Amino acid sequence: MSRATQGLVRLPAWRARALLAGLLLGFVSLSARALYLQTVNTEFLQEKGDARYSRVLEVPATRGRILDRNGEALAVSTPVKSIWAIPGDVELGRAAKRRLEGLLGMSGAELDRKLADASRDFVYLKRQIAPQTAQAIEDLRLRGIYEQQEFRRYYPAGEVAAHVIGFTGVDDSGQEGVELAYQDLLAGRAGSRRVIKDRLGRVVEDVESIRAAQDGRDLTLSIDSKMQSLAYGALREAVREHHAKAGALVALDVRSGEILALVNVPSFNPNNRARLTGAQLRNRAITDLFEPGSTLKPFTIAAALETGRVTPRTAVVTAPGRMSLARYTIRDVHPAAVLTVAQVLQKSSNVGAAKLALAMPAEVMWDLFRHVGFGTAPELGFPGAAAGRLRNYRHWRPIEQATMAYGHGISLSLVQLARAYTVFARDGELVPLSLVKSGAEASGEKVLSAETAREVRAMLELAVQPGGTGPRARIMGYRVAGKTGTAHKEENGRYAADKYIASFVGLAPASAPRIVVAVMVDEPRADDYYGGSVAAPIFARVAQAILRMLAVPYDAPLEPLDAPHGSDEAGEST
Amino acid sequence: MAKLNLLLLAVIVACALGLVTSQHEARKLFAELEREHARARDLDVEFGRLQLEASTWGLHSRVQKIAVEALGLGSPTPAQTRFVARAHPR
Repeated sequence: MSRATQGLVRLPAWRARALLAGLLLGFVSLSARALYLQTVNTEFLQEKGDARYSRVLEVPATRGRILDRNGEALAVSTPVKSIWAIPGDVELGRAAKRRLEGLLGMSGAELDRKLADASRDFVYLKRQIAPQTAQAIEDLRLRGIYEQQEFRRYYPAGEVAAHVIGFTGVDDSGQEGVELAYQDLLAGRAGSRRVIKDRLGRVVEDVESIRAAQDGRDLTLSIDSKMQSLAYGALREAVREHHAKAGALVALDVRSGEILALVNVPSFNPNNRARLTGAQLRNRAITDLFEPGSTLKPFTIAAALETGRVTPRTAVVTAPGRMSLARYTIRDVHPAAVLTVAQVLQKSSNVGAAKLALAMPAEVMWDLFRHVGFGTAPELGFPGAAAGRLRNYRHWRPIEQATMAYGHGISLSLVQLARAYTVFARDGELVPLSLVKSGAEASGEKVLSAETAREVRAMLELAVQPGGTGPRARIMGYRVAGKTGTAHKEENGRYAADKYIASFVGLAPASAPRIVVAVMVDEPRADDYYGGSVAAPIFARVAQAILRMLAVPYDAPLEPLDAPHGSDEAGEST
Repeated sequence: MAKLNLLLLAVIVACALGLVTSQHEARKLFAELEREHARARDLDVEFGRLQLEASTWGLHSRVQKIAVEALGLGSPTPAQTRFVARAHPR
């Protein structure tokens, strides 16, 4: 035994064992606890932990912009903030309250009233305020007052394009027009993500993306805002001048079928819709039906030509300018003894049109009307696009067939009428319309022979020459073809004696048509109510501007147009 | 044996420090990313606002009014217009 161990007391062996056992026991209990926490209780603990630092954040998505064909903004969403409060939690010092009142722009009494009901959990203090103001309110760091991100939609073009574009509601979903029609495309989908925040509320780590936010897509319309604005100005002026109730205008690109301008008067300001009437909201060009009157005659004549029984030079006896059928009498404003088919259109003879209609089977007429799109809503994707009324030919009585020949007893929308005229502009092809920019040439559906279409086009050109019904539709430098219409308005199933719808549909340049413009003026109240004197001048003004903007070359000599006088201009009764 | 243990200890300490720094770096970069995201959003909002402003200033009716009233301009009449052929047709 060494000297070192000699002085030591030898301990009993059990003490070492006891210590070992104690240590082991400690380890075992620790592992048991760990096991318990890690397996049995883990979910609860994880949740508690997450609740302390992990947060789910909303990722807002912006609604797509609506642009015109040149990329100019027609509808843009910008973020705004809404301020809300939990009344029970709000504690406002005197100074803080004064500042808040100033920022919200409301009186102390108003603020008190909003915060009065302490039992409510959610009160909007002010909706849709500018982000800067919201930031200033946030900087006050007031208890119980919160803000939330929202979007507000602005329409820079205002009333000019209000009907086409429509508007969105407070919840940012489309309610009218293109905003409604293309809701799925425009609407964004808000996403959410889980993040870890630190003590100061800063996001320090992205845990997972629960749902990716998807911004709405931008939509480029076929509308040209310059043409739209010009058309709106011209139409509004004319409606005011003639003391008319309303008006509508549609301009189409013949090659692509794109709608270049679509305006309605009266209009409204989509940015401020506080006081809106139904009349202002109505998109007459697309959703309203009217009896077109004489603007329908070209189709009757086209149908007659297609039968091969008549040519533009065939004589039609229209004497004595009246025609009795059943209990009705069809009248001409300018009775003539004999007119050629071309003159029937030029002078807008009701008797001539009726006779041509009655000389062919009802089915032929119905077939053409149906094929140019009457009675079916145009596929624009536009809410409330009207189909019009075209009854089956089997139920036609002769008088109905005769009145339909000059556009009574049949109703359609202005857009339908404008589209139907593309048949004459495209040598017999009916083009599908589009409100969205395509830029490409559209392929049409052949509904008339090219020969007939060209013959009718030549007649329509005659109709705007002196001696026709629409010489005021002429434009210097371009050949124009078109037809006027002056229809008695139907009211309560009867034709009102002194209420008219003046219309004009034309195409230009007649040598190689590029545009179709259709104008309709509802109840012009001044002395002039003829389509030739109310609607034709609007056509001339708008078509001239559009042709210039499209840089269409002239196809007529540049001679000043002499203003039509009295005998030059044939009136009409439909 | 002891030498190896010491070496391993050194390695593990180095690793631990590395992890801490890289985590720190990651957070710093993430914060920067967040900032840039926020900036992108702000710029997009600004773009929308400017586009709106441009549209409002460039409103056709306003341009026309200024052109006609302040500058005395007007649309050219057909007589004043000459069409020239495009050198290279599209």
